[in-house]
Order: sequence, then structure tokens, then C-alpha cells
Amino acid sequence: MFVDTVIEDKSLHKPAFLLGLSITVLAFFFAFNFTNTIFGEFLSPVIGNPQESGFFGRLVVSFVLSIIFVLNLLLISFARLKIQIFIVWIELFFLFLAFAYSFDLELAYIFIGEPSKIWLMISKGLFTTIYISAVSIAIATAIAIVGAIAKLSNNGFAYAIASFYTSLFRGLPLLLQIYLIYMGLPQLGFMIDAIPSGIAALSLCYGAYMTEIFRAGIQSIPKGQWEASRALGFKFGLILRKIILPQSIPIIVPPTGNQFIAMLKDSSLVSVLGIWELMFMAKKIGSKDFNNLEMLLTAAMIYWALTIILEMIQARIERKYQQKA
Amino acid sequence: MNTKAKNENPVISLDGVSKWYGDFQALKDINLEINLKEKIVICGPSGSGKSTLIRCLNRLEAHQEGKIHVSGVELHETMKDVDIVRRDIGMVFQNFNLFPHLTVLENCMAGPNWVRGIDKKEAEKRAVAMLEQVKIPEQADKYPDQLSGGQQQRVAIARSLCMEPKVMLFDEPTSALDPEMVSEVLDTMVELANSGMTMICVTHEMGFARQVADRIIFMADGEIVEQNTPDEFFNNPKSDRTKTFLDQILI
Repeated sequence: MFVDTVIEDKSLHKPAFLLGLSITVLAFFFAFNFTNTIFGEFLSPVIGNPQESGFFGRLVVSFVLSIIFVLNLLLISFARLKIQIFIVWIELFFLFLAFAYSFDLELAYIFIGEPSKIWLMISKGLFTTIYISAVSIAIATAIAIVGAIAKLSNNGFAYAIASFYTSLFRGLPLLLQIYLIYMGLPQLGFMIDAIPSGIAALSLCYGAYMTEIFRAGIQSIPKGQWEASRALGFKFGLILRKIILPQSIPIIVPPTGNQFIAMLKDSSLVSVLGIWELMFMAKKIGSKDFNNLEMLLTAAMIYWALTIILEMIQARIERKYQQKA
Repeated sequence: MNTKAKNENPVISLDGVSKWYGDFQALKDINLEINLKEKIVICGPSGSGKSTLIRCLNRLEAHQEGKIHVSGVELHETMKDVDIVRRDIGMVFQNFNLFPHLTVLENCMAGPNWVRGIDKKEAEKRAVAMLEQVKIPEQADKYPDQLSGGQQQRVAIARSLCMEPKVMLFDEPTSALDPEMVSEVLDTMVELANSGMTMICVTHEMGFARQVADRIIFMADGEIVEQNTPDEFFNNPKSDRTKTFLDQILI
């Protein structure tokens, strides 16, 4: 992306914008009554009993909130870019924590038990989730390469099979595919366990999406590369392997990374087959003691951490290919 | 030079070749014979079918009527050994079409190593020799986009030469270059011509044509309007179209 070399004044530092923003924020906080929340309690020395403070209380609370909000923005705007990003991340994270805190959770619940519940989640659930995702990603990638080549070929059978496949598996909800494979294949006489069915559904579904990504990546390489290769007497397979695919990898990596992340989270859908992965365990353990939210939140945090790791790996790979290109 | 022995078989021959893009006829009944060691320059206004013609010679384009023979092998739709024919015909493109993910040296080694079955050491030796011939051996370890246009085109020439082709096709090799880089590419081509390579060049560089061509072919609207030696072509053009073209290009 091109970042312009002329720096405009920050809008936050223009009085008119600041005033407009303040009024908007005030209106927002006033519209959603915060008097009965923790903020109202903090301000009870001023407004008295929040329940009975009425219009005055509502106005004071929203006024104080909007002052805090706008001052916060103004202060951050003076920091350097990296520090800005860091502060905003921390603030948003604390807001999220506050949101979770408002559930009135019994967080200790996660750590009690022998072995502790969080250890169960990590040792068994996380392991199964990673195992299922990793195997599915490997298979999906293989399917995608074959599918993309088939879709680009002049072979009628190959094209028909590949396009039917991508149409079907992109057209059905993943959850439905999981059920169809798990319950449908035994009808044909193939007994299939839960984990292989889950892996099959995930690989087939994501293989279909990735087929399209790989096809677009291959097609984005200029025609001249094919012509030069053909003029040197290279055959199709050689051109694809040595000339086209290496050049399309930098184009394929970012969307493929997104697919990996999406698949990791969608692996939670195979919990419907009773596979002991993160989602299933969170539901199973939590519902036993009516501590659903604690366990779901634990699973949420583990998924989030996993995707952050994947994003970091993706950024690393992208950087590597950008240097070379 | 023009009294070349007529008895040897032409390396390339076209017999009544026509080609259409949909309804548009790009080549009209082309008849042409090119002998070994001959240097041909094809010129003509844009859209006249020059590029289409030479792209038919290694079957990057398909012709619909007539016959094209290269080294005695007929080029047609169901031929089995097109790759073998192509390996003997080098081609240099307007936009270079170097492989950007390979170094200059790897670009030059790819053909011999991958399809000629020459081992890496030998292929590298040959690549270095060809890069010396086009006078950029010092760029061997760079990637194409680190080179100037003129240097890239010379690498493209070296890449083709590494396959030890019998014929070299040039499709407007200097048209995409900045003016100051044209001469370095032309010098390389002149040297190649002097070494006895069979060359077919689509180009508007009339100085080059005068210097090396045995025959100049003038095309317009998909037809060969006129072909002659450079002297005759420039000093005594026969058709009006040729005269108009020369007036426009030689100001």
C-alpha cells in the first residue's frame, strides 16, 4: 500500500471535530442508560442512589463517561504509532475482560479437580483439536493442488469432477457435511469412526475453498511465463512444478493462512460427533456442574491463543516470500 | 550472401499458411522458405501479423490452413514431439519473460538441465559461457528484477542460446526498452548474426535490418507484401504500402 508523504492534521486535534465527537459520544452514553451499572455506583456520592437519580443521574453518568472516553482518545493521539496500537489493544482487552467479569463467574472452577479442568482441556481437548486440524489441513492442501490443476486442464472429466466437487462442498453447510459423511457412509456399507469422518468432512470442505484459491493463484501468473517455458520445450508438469507454482506461492499464502485459521475454529463443529476436542469437552465438563460459561470461556481463550499463533506464523511466511520477490 | 546454395533443404518452410482469430484473418496464405544461417527481418505496421507469424513457427500459435515444416517436422495439432521441435528454436520475447523466481544463472541453466538432461555442472559452464557472450557474466547471481531492461533482454537471449538452438526467433526484442538500452541488445544480436545463427527478427530497427538482414519481409494485413534484400528494399521499394511505411519509419 502507498502511504502518502503529506501528513494531514489529526482530526482529533480539530476543535470542531472534537466537539462533534463529544456530543455524539454523550448522546450514545445517554441513549444506553448506564446509571444502573457499576458506573452509577461509583458516582453515587454525586447523584445519590442510582436507582432514584432519574434524569439528573443519567446525564451525570453519561457526561462523566464521555469525558473519560474523549480524554482517553485525545491522550492516545499524542503517542507514537506503535505505542498507540499497544495501548488500544490493552484497553480493548481489558474491556473484554470486564465483559467476562460481568458474567459473575466462578473462575476458580477451571483450576480445581484432579486433574484440573484446564489441564484436561489442554492435554486432551487441545491435542485432539490440533491433531484433527493438522491432518485436515494437510489433506485439504493436497486436494486443492489436484483440484486446481483439474480445473485448469482441458480434460473434460477432470474439469467436470473438480467443478462438481467445489460446487457441492462449497454449497453445503459444513455441519451438514459432517452429518452426511458420518451417517451416510455407513449406509453404503463403510463403517467409519467419528474422528476419520470429522477429518474427511473438514478436508473436503476446506479442500474445495482452497482449490479456488490455488486456481486463482496459478491463473494470476502472467501468460508470458507459460509461453517462455513452452518455447524452451518444457512440458506441462515441469512448468507447473518449477515455474508456475513457485511464483504463485506468495499469492496463495495469505488467503490460505486465513483458511487454516478458519478451519481450526470450524474443527469445533465435529464436536457433534462426540469427538473429545476442545468444544466438546468444554460443553461436557461445564454442563455437569452448571458452570457452562466458565468452560466455554476457557475454550474461547484457547482457540484465540491458537489463532494468534497461526497468524504469527502466517505473517512470518509472508515476510519471507516478500523479501524474495 | 544472397547466392546461398538453393539446393539445401530450408530449415523452416511455410506453405499456404492462414490463421484466423474468430472472424479476423491474421495470416493470409503465407509462403516462405528460410534457409540455415539466413537472417530475416520482418517488419510492417502494427496488426499486420508479424508476431503472429513467428509465433506460429514454434507453435505458440496454431495455424488453421497450410503447412509449416521446421527441420523437416510438420507442425500440426496432434503432433507428438512439439517439445523436441521447440527445444531447437530459441525465442526472445518483447517482455523478456525471464523467470523472476530464479537467478540469472538458474534461468540459463533451467532448459539444458531440465529438458536436455545435461548435468548441473555442465549446464552451469554453458550458462556462464553464454552470459559472457552477451557480456553480463557478473550479473549471474542476481534476480531478473535487479537488472535493467537491456540486461534482462540479454539474459533472455543467453537463456535461449543455452539450448543450442538451430534457429532464433526475436519478437520485437527492443520495443519494451528505454531508448538508451536498445543498442546494447542490438549489438548482441549483430554479434549473434555474425556468428552464423539462423535468425528471424520482428523489429522496427531499420539500422539493424540494413546491417545484418539477408532478406527483409514486409507484411501488411496478414500478407507478405514484399520481400527483398535490404539494398533493394530500402532504395527501390516496389509497392506503395512499402513506400508509405518506409516514409513513416525513416524520418
